[in-house]
Amino acid sequence: MSFLSLDQLRKSFGATQVVKNFNLDIEQGEFVSLLGPSGCGKTTVLRMIAGFESPSHGVIRIGDADVTARRPNQRNVGMVFQAYALFPNLTVAQNVAFGLKVKGVGKAQSAARVAEMLSLVGLGDFGKRYPFQLSGGQQQRVALARALAVQPQVLLLDEPLSALDAKIRVSLREEIREIQQRLGITTVFVTHDQEEALSMSDRIVVMHGGMAQQIGAPHEIYSSPANRFVAEFVGRLNVLDAEVTDAAQGHVSVGGIEIPTGRPLTPGTVPLALRPEAISLGPAPGHDISFTGTVTEVQFLGSVIRVGTHMGGAPVLLDTFNRTGRRPPQLGEKLEFSFNSKGVILLE
Amino acid sequence: MKPKLWSWLVFLIGFAYFALPLIGTLEFSLRKRRGEYSLDAYAWVFEDPQFRETFGYSVVMALLTIVFGMLLVVPTAYWVRLKYPRLRPLFEFITLLPLVIPPIVIVFGYIRLYNTSSFLPMTGTTFGTNMLLMFGYVTLSLPYMYRAVDTGLRTIDVRTLTEAAQSLGAGWVTIIGRIILPNVLIAVMSGAFVTFAIVIGEFVLAALLNRPAFGPYMQLIGANRAYEPAALAVIAFAITWFCIGLMQLASRMTPQSRAKRS
Amino acid sequence: MTVSPDTPAKQARRTGLPLGWLGLLPFALFALLFLILPTMNIVVGAFQTPDGSLTFQNIANLFQPSILSAYWISIRISFATALLGCVIGFGIAAAVTLGNLPAGLRGPVMTFSGVASNFAGVPLSFAFIATLGRLGLVTVLLREWFGINLYSLGFNLLSFWGLTLVYLFFQIPLMVLIVTPALDGLRREWREASDILGATGAQYWRMVALPILTPTLLGTFALLFANSFGAVATAYALTGSSLSIVPIVLFAQIRGDVLQDPHLGYALAFGMIVVTGIANGLYVWLRAKTERWTV
Repeated sequence: MSFLSLDQLRKSFGATQVVKNFNLDIEQGEFVSLLGPSGCGKTTVLRMIAGFESPSHGVIRIGDADVTARRPNQRNVGMVFQAYALFPNLTVAQNVAFGLKVKGVGKAQSAARVAEMLSLVGLGDFGKRYPFQLSGGQQQRVALARALAVQPQVLLLDEPLSALDAKIRVSLREEIREIQQRLGITTVFVTHDQEEALSMSDRIVVMHGGMAQQIGAPHEIYSSPANRFVAEFVGRLNVLDAEVTDAAQGHVSVGGIEIPTGRPLTPGTVPLALRPEAISLGPAPGHDISFTGTVTEVQFLGSVIRVGTHMGGAPVLLDTFNRTGRRPPQLGEKLEFSFNSKGVILLE
Repeated sequence: MKPKLWSWLVFLIGFAYFALPLIGTLEFSLRKRRGEYSLDAYAWVFEDPQFRETFGYSVVMALLTIVFGMLLVVPTAYWVRLKYPRLRPLFEFITLLPLVIPPIVIVFGYIRLYNTSSFLPMTGTTFGTNMLLMFGYVTLSLPYMYRAVDTGLRTIDVRTLTEAAQSLGAGWVTIIGRIILPNVLIAVMSGAFVTFAIVIGEFVLAALLNRPAFGPYMQLIGANRAYEPAALAVIAFAITWFCIGLMQLASRMTPQSRAKRS
Repeated sequence: MTVSPDTPAKQARRTGLPLGWLGLLPFALFALLFLILPTMNIVVGAFQTPDGSLTFQNIANLFQPSILSAYWISIRISFATALLGCVIGFGIAAAVTLGNLPAGLRGPVMTFSGVASNFAGVPLSFAFIATLGRLGLVTVLLREWFGINLYSLGFNLLSFWGLTLVYLFFQIPLMVLIVTPALDGLRREWREASDILGATGAQYWRMVALPILTPTLLGTFALLFANSFGAVATAYALTGSSLSIVPIVLFAQIRGDVLQDPHLGYALAFGMIVVTGIANGLYVWLRAKTERWTV
């Protein structure tokens, strides 16, 4: 029996159905990300768990209790908002103590808990400051401490990193994950940033059009996307149209380059996908397919060099590591490229 | 979400409080002819030569106030933003003073300071008194004018615009007249409409400086006639509504609020 | 004016205008001549004898029963209209912003507030005479339809409560204009964070929303107080000189109707500056406090 379960959730605003039949079971202590573009319904799902929106249909269970009809203040969930949700009139310590105070927790006990929470997020000395005296990253850490202080059963994170600088974003996401694991708190994280979702989650729910497109561990989502939307939304992708040459054996051809897919296909054309990092420059161990192409584009990205070329007439991008001492590919150069046919993703 | 009951209740009580005097005034203004509604009170007002004179006087005063206020406030606000941003709080404070010091005190000061035996005997001549009244109105409108212009300046990058104009060889008059003013014109207009609304009905300054303005005229009619004051109130309310409507239209057109909307 | 080594000053030097302060001269001169000096003249005059020597006699003269009672009634009216204006204006603003009224109501309410807050003075008093005067619409309708005779019940437009009722016509809209943006400034996230942390609606208002709004509320109260304290035209057109509030006593004094001692006039005006100055000082101070939070 899962700890947090969302059963056939639906939500309509007026005539538009924002969430269509959403099902999800989350285990205790699990970190699940809802990933999708804006307007995909992920925030609405989160707000239904919090109780800010009531579902048009469906049941939300936390633990053994059906909380669908409960008001937000009776659900015992913690939430961190996108930004600026700290009470500006209260100090950091008062903010963290807020939930304890409304619960009627005694002063001494509350103070101890506040100190514990603040040191957990690394802001032990900031109790007397006001939110406006903190940086964005510090404010979000206080918000996390505030949400955790009441020992919620579930922690909800609504794009808590999106308003922060790139560097802070990375360090804070590691910190959040670390705290989550230490406390073992069941967490739902909403984001549109696939890198965040991939790096933090136990499981990812990719959402589009109000429905879950795929639910799985980060590597499953990335390596075996269930459909074209997931494949294109998560990571970069070369999409190629392939001609089926042998339906029974599952052989296809892209501009004359034969690729075995290892499963039976229907005759016609199928869309294929290849991750840029699946293609390498020159031959490589395990790479069974190779082709020659002219370099049409070179983007130097630091540790990685992104190279554009054509494969059987179709434009492809590939990522290659920038190794010291090696000359980067030059525009117009004719080079050999290779990839492993097992890395080819068939899109439905 | 459904409207809450209390909000409708509050709204309706407020609506009644504000609508009744307006309806009452309108109704009263139509009662001049016994037994039936008529526009007689309005006819009387519009035929009164004093109405035309005082109203015309106040309109001219309002326009002069706006022009002079603009000439005074726009370059100053621009200059403060460009050269002395640290002095902005001081200027804000000074321009808010007319809200702190009651107008009656200010005009009392004028009468004492600029009387016939003073160093600047402005009240000695009609022209001087008119000028003094106009300056008084500029003072009263400062809080609105300065804030409107300053807000308008905030939405444009004063420094970049200025440097761009300078690099093209523009002088200060050109910069203010052709670059800054057009850019803050809408903001200036929103300040101008409030000023117009204030000056048209203003009573204390005009009464104490003894000028034949619309405000004292209304007071005089109020003391001597029955139905005409209501007609005047309707006219004054219409003018105020018109000015504030235009002001809000203008402020809605400023780049800042447009940006907020999108 | 000191030229400090920060950018604007550098800028001035670079553009070849070491005399940048000249640009501020017209305004400074204007403010001095038509705002500062006239006010100073009153303040100084309040402490001078007719021949120019220092005295506190003018101020002491304020402490006579008729003048004290004028101040007292002025302060009471200003306090009542400011307090009621704040409470009712807050209610209306809250109804419009938080009460889920149809969205289309908001624009008209704000526009009307802009109009009504500027609709003070002589015509406003006419409007109320036409409505609640002895022959006013409401007075007549109440009598004819419900048999209620307002005036025999002790109501009088030319009284404390009558004047308060009239002043509210511009006080409430002013409050609505100021407090609506403040209510908009209450972020939805604060309410939601408070909810999810287990607080009730009442707890949210007591612990978060009202403390955040308090400086604005108190500040606006001060502004409304000063606004009503300095108002002459409405009261004068409504009551003539029959109601002794300070601005009207001063008005009569300047016109030479009643008091003949100009220095008592100075003292009266000085007293007004002190009262509105305190009220507005409070406003500025509290305003600065809210702005600190919203950074």
